[in-house]
Amino acid sequence: MKKEEITKIHTNNLSLYYGDKQALKDISMAMYANKVTAFIGPSGCGKSTFIRSLNRMNDLIEGVRITGEVKIEDVNIYAPEVSVVNLRKRVGMVFQKSNPFPKSIYENIAYGPRINGITDKAQLDDIVEQSLKGAALWNESKDRLAASALSLSGGQQQRLCIARAIAVNPDILLMDEPCSALDPISTSKVEELILELKENYTIVIVTHSMQQAARVSDYTAFFYVGELIEFGPTRDIFTNPKKKQTEDYITGRFG
Amino acid sequence: MQSEQPEPSNQPRPASDAEDQPVAARLVAAQHPPLTQKKRRIGERLIELGIYSVSATSIIFIFLIFLFVFREASPIFFGGADGGKKDTAVATAPATGPTTPPIISNTTADDTAELESEQYNPEAEALPTPQPTASNPPPATPQDDAERARKIVGEGYPILEHESPVNVSYLAYDNWQPNSEHPRYGIYPIIVGTLKTTIVAMLFAVPLAILAAMYTAFFAPKWIRETLKPAIELLAGIPSVVLGFFCLMTVASVVQTLFGLDFRLNSIVGGIGLGLAVIPIVYTICDDALRAVPGSLREASLAVGASEWQTAYRVMLPAATPGIFAAILLGIGRAFGETMIALMATGNAGTFSWSFTEPVRTFAATIGAEMGEVVFGSPHYQVLFFLGVLLFIFSFIINFITEFYVKERLIKKFRGA
Repeated sequence: MKKEEITKIHTNNLSLYYGDKQALKDISMAMYANKVTAFIGPSGCGKSTFIRSLNRMNDLIEGVRITGEVKIEDVNIYAPEVSVVNLRKRVGMVFQKSNPFPKSIYENIAYGPRINGITDKAQLDDIVEQSLKGAALWNESKDRLAASALSLSGGQQQRLCIARAIAVNPDILLMDEPCSALDPISTSKVEELILELKENYTIVIVTHSMQQAARVSDYTAFFYVGELIEFGPTRDIFTNPKKKQTEDYITGRFG
Repeated sequence: MQSEQPEPSNQPRPASDAEDQPVAARLVAAQHPPLTQKKRRIGERLIELGIYSVSATSIIFIFLIFLFVFREASPIFFGGADGGKKDTAVATAPATGPTTPPIISNTTADDTAELESEQYNPEAEALPTPQPTASNPPPATPQDDAERARKIVGEGYPILEHESPVNVSYLAYDNWQPNSEHPRYGIYPIIVGTLKTTIVAMLFAVPLAILAAMYTAFFAPKWIRETLKPAIELLAGIPSVVLGFFCLMTVASVVQTLFGLDFRLNSIVGGIGLGLAVIPIVYTICDDALRAVPGSLREASLAVGASEWQTAYRVMLPAATPGIFAAILLGIGRAFGETMIALMATGNAGTFSWSFTEPVRTFAATIGAEMGEVVFGSPHYQVLFFLGVLLFIFSFIINFITEFYVKERLIKKFRGA
């Protein structure tokens, strides 16, 4: 682990309960600026729950209780004075299943900026173009911005969701299995995109694909039944895991 | 092999196919029925037939109802068979020309007609009564009546409306006085009255219902939602006569004192009453429509930093547009057709006015109040059925609007082409 990394997100003894069931157990780890951090682990191990607690999406689920803290640049996002709305503007999210709004492509991207009070048409046009270019979708969609987002293919829809997320100019991008519903070609496009976006954003990605974690991430965290088993640079995790469980999972002996 | 052949032939069943085949072939045939032979269980067939006949019956019933209503009102559209006979009979009798001009001239002579009717005249009072009793021989009566009417009111005076055949010009009046000396079946006040109460009802009910649905769908904690939704839906179970009574006694007084109105019962009170009946319908369907919007859209919106309200208003509401419009149109249909509340709370005044603070009369209330006492086959009867036809036509129009405008244009607008 290089020492010059800047810590962007830091969790401190984060525990999360769904009612009585504890889903996350005392997780303490750091995610570094302009790096891709991948969460791997078998289904139900809490990695999606964990990524959703980084922009407080779990608040939407009834009966969720959280202890510990999540600090983004030294601000605990669960502190009462924190504005959830402003938090989510800074911490964008891309979901497992692409979920474009049933609106036009243009309106999908312009939605976030409009919410933030941008009404100038020229400025919106510019944001839409930049976001679509950022999500490598501009060439495919520039001639049909008024078409329904639902007319795009699955891979295009997912890239549209990425464009929508970066349109509000966040500095952290959370991706919850962004490629799980995509074919290999779309997946490789999204992966290329992640590597490009790394220049400007701190990216946290949940993935079921070990190969994907190895390809795109700088750091990898392995979760198992709500616990963080091992966290370190991706190269170390994949070549020289310190824990037996990590090694077993990576080599495919369980999971 | 050969000895077995007579056996099947002795059986009474007509198994002609089986007889020609050898036994082995028949055995095979018994194990595997031929592919071309359709085997259907009688029970299933009966059930299918039952389902088919029930659906056919319901469609036929709807069609027959419409046919019946339309037939009873048909003289107004076509002059009708009876109407046509009356037309010629009356046209020859006065020898002043065709019947329609006198009727039109009667509207211009409105003042004199009303003056005449104000004078109490026992003979004229008796005039409408022979018509119902003598409604069986139609050709004779109008002529007689016309003769007598001319005797009473003088040669130059135009024929009374109820003696002339029913036609559309009957309906072109500003007031609804079906039982008057000079009956007027003016449908303008009724159309306008229905529109006014419906507009008030929708203005009152739709915002409340949609906002309530948005609250329970997105904002309310679980326990509030679980109490509020059944409570509002319970409103649909209140008999409309109770709502009508409530409006008649309470809402009318409140509205009158609040706005300082001259009339206790008016389109506002009636509209509020209809609105109370409409709210649960619109609310329930809106709530279902809003909750049917995928939660992933809500998450997506919240994830770009939208507040709950922005999400509800800018994402969930547009996504639920088709359902919400269906709810509104269903509400309009209910407000349009609701009889008892309209009968009790609108004042039932058949006079033309654009003012919302004056008593009004609606289609449904008119039919409900008068159909029971109307003389079978009389012009009044036909006009009431004509109102029924108009109700049909309005609901068809509403359905067409849903189909073609709402489904295509609005969805395109909200969801992108």
